[in-house]
Amino acid sequence: MSDAMPSVAERTQKLEGLGTARKRVEDVRFTQGKGNYVDDLKMPGMLFGEFVRSPYAHARVKSIDTSAALALPGVKAVLTAEDLKPLNLHWMPTLAGDVQAVLADEKVLFQFQEVAFVVAEDRYIASDAAQLVEVDYEELPVLVDPLKAMDADAVVLREDIKDQEEVGGHGPRRHPNHVFTWEVGDKGGADTAFDGADVTVEEFISYQRVHPCPLETCGCVASMDAINGKLTVWGTFQAPHAVRTVASLISTIPEHKIRIISPDIGGGFGNKVGVYPGYVCAIVASIVLGVPVKWIENRIENLSATAFARDYHMTGELAATSDGRITGLRCHVVANQGAFDACADPTQYPAGFFNIVTGSYDIPVAHLSVDGVYTNKAPGGVAYRCSFRVTEASYLIERMIDVLARKLDMDPAELRIKNFIKKEQFPYQSALGWEYDSGDYHTAMEKALQSVDYPALRAEQAANREAFARGETRSLMGVGVAFFTEIVGAGPIKNCDILGLGMFDSCEIRIHPTGSAIARLGTISQGQGHATTFAQILATEIGLPADNIAIEEGDTDTAPYGLGTYGSRSTPVAGAATAMAGRKIRAKAQMIAAYLLEVHDDDLEWDVDRFVVKGAPERAKTMAEIAFAAYNSVPPGMEPGLEAVSYYDPPNMTYPYGAYICVVDVDVDTGVTDIRRFYALDDCGTRINPMIIDGQVHGGLTEALGIALGQEIDYDEIGNIKGGSLLDYFLPTAVETPVWETDFTEVPSPHHPIGAKGVGESPNVGGVSAISNAVNDAFAHLGLTHTQMPHDHWRVWKTAERLGLTG
Amino acid sequence: MGKHHVKMTVNGSAVEALAEPRMLLIHFLREQLNLTGPHIGCDTSHCGACTVDLDGKSVKSCTLFVAQADGAEIRTIEGMAGPGGSLHVLQEMFREHHGLQCGFCTPGMITRAYRLLQENPDPSEEEIRFGISGNLCRCTGYQNIVKAIRAAADQINAAKEAAE
Amino acid sequence: MIPGSFEYHRPQTVDEAVGLLAQHGDDARVVAGGHSLIPMMKLRMAVLDHLIDLQAIDGLSGVSDNGDSLVIGAMTTQNELIADPVLAAKCPIIAETALQIADPQVRYCGTIGGNVANGDPGNDMPALMQALDAAYVAQGPDGTREIAARSFYEAAYFTELGENEIITAVRVPTPAAGHGYAYEKQKRKIGDYATAAAAVLLTMSAGTCAWAAIALTNVGDTPLYAEDATAALVGSSVDKAAVDRAVALAEGLTNPAADARGPADYRTKLAGIMVRRAIARALERAA
Repeated sequence: MSDAMPSVAERTQKLEGLGTARKRVEDVRFTQGKGNYVDDLKMPGMLFGEFVRSPYAHARVKSIDTSAALALPGVKAVLTAEDLKPLNLHWMPTLAGDVQAVLADEKVLFQFQEVAFVVAEDRYIASDAAQLVEVDYEELPVLVDPLKAMDADAVVLREDIKDQEEVGGHGPRRHPNHVFTWEVGDKGGADTAFDGADVTVEEFISYQRVHPCPLETCGCVASMDAINGKLTVWGTFQAPHAVRTVASLISTIPEHKIRIISPDIGGGFGNKVGVYPGYVCAIVASIVLGVPVKWIENRIENLSATAFARDYHMTGELAATSDGRITGLRCHVVANQGAFDACADPTQYPAGFFNIVTGSYDIPVAHLSVDGVYTNKAPGGVAYRCSFRVTEASYLIERMIDVLARKLDMDPAELRIKNFIKKEQFPYQSALGWEYDSGDYHTAMEKALQSVDYPALRAEQAANREAFARGETRSLMGVGVAFFTEIVGAGPIKNCDILGLGMFDSCEIRIHPTGSAIARLGTISQGQGHATTFAQILATEIGLPADNIAIEEGDTDTAPYGLGTYGSRSTPVAGAATAMAGRKIRAKAQMIAAYLLEVHDDDLEWDVDRFVVKGAPERAKTMAEIAFAAYNSVPPGMEPGLEAVSYYDPPNMTYPYGAYICVVDVDVDTGVTDIRRFYALDDCGTRINPMIIDGQVHGGLTEALGIALGQEIDYDEIGNIKGGSLLDYFLPTAVETPVWETDFTEVPSPHHPIGAKGVGESPNVGGVSAISNAVNDAFAHLGLTHTQMPHDHWRVWKTAERLGLTG
Repeated sequence: MGKHHVKMTVNGSAVEALAEPRMLLIHFLREQLNLTGPHIGCDTSHCGACTVDLDGKSVKSCTLFVAQADGAEIRTIEGMAGPGGSLHVLQEMFREHHGLQCGFCTPGMITRAYRLLQENPDPSEEEIRFGISGNLCRCTGYQNIVKAIRAAADQINAAKEAAE
Repeated sequence: MIPGSFEYHRPQTVDEAVGLLAQHGDDARVVAGGHSLIPMMKLRMAVLDHLIDLQAIDGLSGVSDNGDSLVIGAMTTQNELIADPVLAAKCPIIAETALQIADPQVRYCGTIGGNVANGDPGNDMPALMQALDAAYVAQGPDGTREIAARSFYEAAYFTELGENEIITAVRVPTPAAGHGYAYEKQKRKIGDYATAAAAVLLTMSAGTCAWAAIALTNVGDTPLYAEDATAALVGSSVDKAAVDRAVALAEGLTNPAADARGPADYRTKLAGIMVRRAIARALERAA
């Protein structure tokens, strides 16, 4: 046996564990069109649901006449709020502690709000029937500007909670359209810093309303088995267990009689975290009609009525010394929550983790206040490919650094380096309450600047500016630098819960006698490749090849409880649980091996895929051998089997970071911005699968490009949504998307069992800042301090026009 | 309105059915023929997730009535693999080069890439990007999709040369 | 997403198609490539009881060279236009324009007839046909006639085409050999309608512009043939002064809609930029 034993390298390679660019197991079915998405489901007797939606942004519902719709052959039911009232389901709680109308109860509060739910034999009949429902509306004045929501004469939107002092337990409301105020930091200290500062800058920075727009829209199939009293719902759920618990609480069906299944999901990006009226209506319809009911929204419905992202209107201020040391930060934000606050945030954080706004910088004192307000817009918001409100916070600080650099006539990279948290300062207590666990910002920035030859870029830019002034070119070059620090991996139960459910996560592993395994997790992939990567974590922990480890997620009947996948939390939390469960397996395996080899536990050491007797390497037991033994030869007093479960409560969040550099050329006469080059250096700690990490960075940067250069969900003054279809909502094609250059450093998280931090959303956080900084930088020498996103052609042209460039 | 009798060939098999003229080809494929590979991603004919190969053309099956497809020869992602289930080189290269993540755009993307390589067996990076500009992806940023298609082209061309 | 119900017809001849139109009147529409009509039907913005599919009618596709004109069948797809060797040799601006319409899948289905017939201000072929001084061959119950592209468009979605007429072909006077040409289109992303676009053709003779044509897309509720701007080029050396004049005159014609592509003043200025760049490229290409 020992003569033939393969080397450490060979055995490690065979496992395809941590660090391997393992090919994805999911791809086998996806490339053959054999994915199993919600709309692929067909069940006998299944009916289809479709909504009747309000054309008005704010109106009373005087009457709803469903008779013509009900008379259409093939129509089985038309639900309105009246039908849901006896079940107390016409309203439902949101994840933010507010309530949301499932079907409009007396009034509508945003265009496309759900008013009635038609159920029919097929989607064609359902569509015809929805046209036949007659609703009588009385229009009311519309409020779309969040900055006017708390005016004395603003129209009152939420009559349903007008006597309610608080929403979500976030303190007294100052105005009927006020949701919450969240304040963090040291106001007095910050004011003192500003009063005594050499230099201060202030800028109003809007982060426009956008939408995650995954390629698959939201939907579900609800099936109530009346005989057994069990409700099964397949759906686009990024947090299936949370949905089960919420469904139980609002329906009074006991939780063990509810099964939620997230099958393959065609992208989430935060859009699929919350509970939508369509899910509730499909469930009610199934209960009432006794057959499965499918609801799949179309794209216009998805963009218009499901959770938006951002819509934060931020005033940032920095105080600094004359040589560029930042001495204080103040921010105030008006957060547009839409008609209902359906934000997916941990309960203690109505503005998410916006207090990461000190970013990568050692800022001694800071103060932040956020006012949430209601408007006649779709409810939300969600974390679109980011952790809660991290994109907004990161954008604010990254823009403010550039604004300060401009004021001080300092290079933006130099100003950042000057103010970075230093390596020796970790763990670092930020002025707004987070303990950053680790980082080496200087090394990352150095590497990035060298890789792009930053001084050469600035020299080229200087030459370009001179050529432009001489009339030799109509193109202005911009260089955007962004150095973001994210906060992901929600999170420690002591401060992170969603509706009271602590944000731990879980992994349950069972090893089979013949040496393969199945592991189930509380998370759910929507394209991140968990079935591939979590097997890699386990392969390294327990020494079985990744190909022999099946990973399952998404069925609440079998998966251990978890809080799902969003906010880059899967690797930090469930990945940790996976490693911990793997270690429990290995600990038991060690005892079994010792028993089999007739040595003491401590006489063994772990060698890739086996336990070896110290000093006698020919005496070993592989994990595969131990697995079989677990079913027949365990030590006396030990239970047979080889199984472990870990519920992991992380001690802290994780803090991935990155240095991104974007080079643009702006055509001043047309407003077109060409991204000439984009370099992204990410530090996500231990890198589980480099191929998948690169894929995540490419995808996140492309989403960032969309946001920075054109995405916008806008409304006119009477609340009509503009850009609610793909005719206008900017999704880049392969032509608009540049080649992304990726790079990395690797500073492991000190508290994570395998040192990993999460990476899926970093590129969206850093990408938007880098691109926006680049566009702003193109005009900075001409006096521009800030121009609002999106930097689409006409806005960039208008900026050029205001600067007198378009003649 | 009455149903229409349609006959077509789908993935090599003859198909006959009765369908409302207004039934969109994508719904006919997914619901009557149970070919759930092509997907629906939008309402305005932009995303390309529904792309099929019809009479030698890449077509968005959400923008065609099944009645218009009467008499056509159609290939979907389910018809890409060879006899005995051997994967098409595009299917292999998409996996090899991580050209997919959530998989939702993938059937339409591969089906379009197939026709692209028929049109142009040796496309440059720019030509590939232009050639798939009717297929949106939200996950990959297209970079590895382009790599996968280029790799497939290389393999197909090498095999052709070897055969000659 | 789901259209209303209709009866489907697949006539074998133009006469049959015309007959069906006459029979069903307002409740009937013809469909060519379908990529303008069907999306409207899916949004229930176009509602019809009878759909007349032209795909089975022989003789409506293809390009023929009649010496002084090129005749393009109305059912010729954008893809076929791009690949056609006669067009490539005699009138390459058509392929250049077609390549900027929509995306590969749409170009497999979308036809030149469909692109010119609807009166959609966003379509690219109408302005090009005006620049080329093309004529649309229309067949109806009363026979066949030709309608000049330059007088075809009345308002958005309102054209000279009679209720029961079908466009069967587009006749393009063959531009002089050695002409310069360019279709310059700016859009928010590939596949979008133009924020502004300009078609320019010109011929030069001993350093002087002997003939020109300028037309604009999507900066008014119809395509805009810029007669005065064109006149400003003819007889000039296409020097900066002449181009400036042409650009100013072209801008003066515009009346763009303010939409997500931008406010009206931006689109007007952009139309001017498109004209300027198209003239520059056309000049480079002119013999």
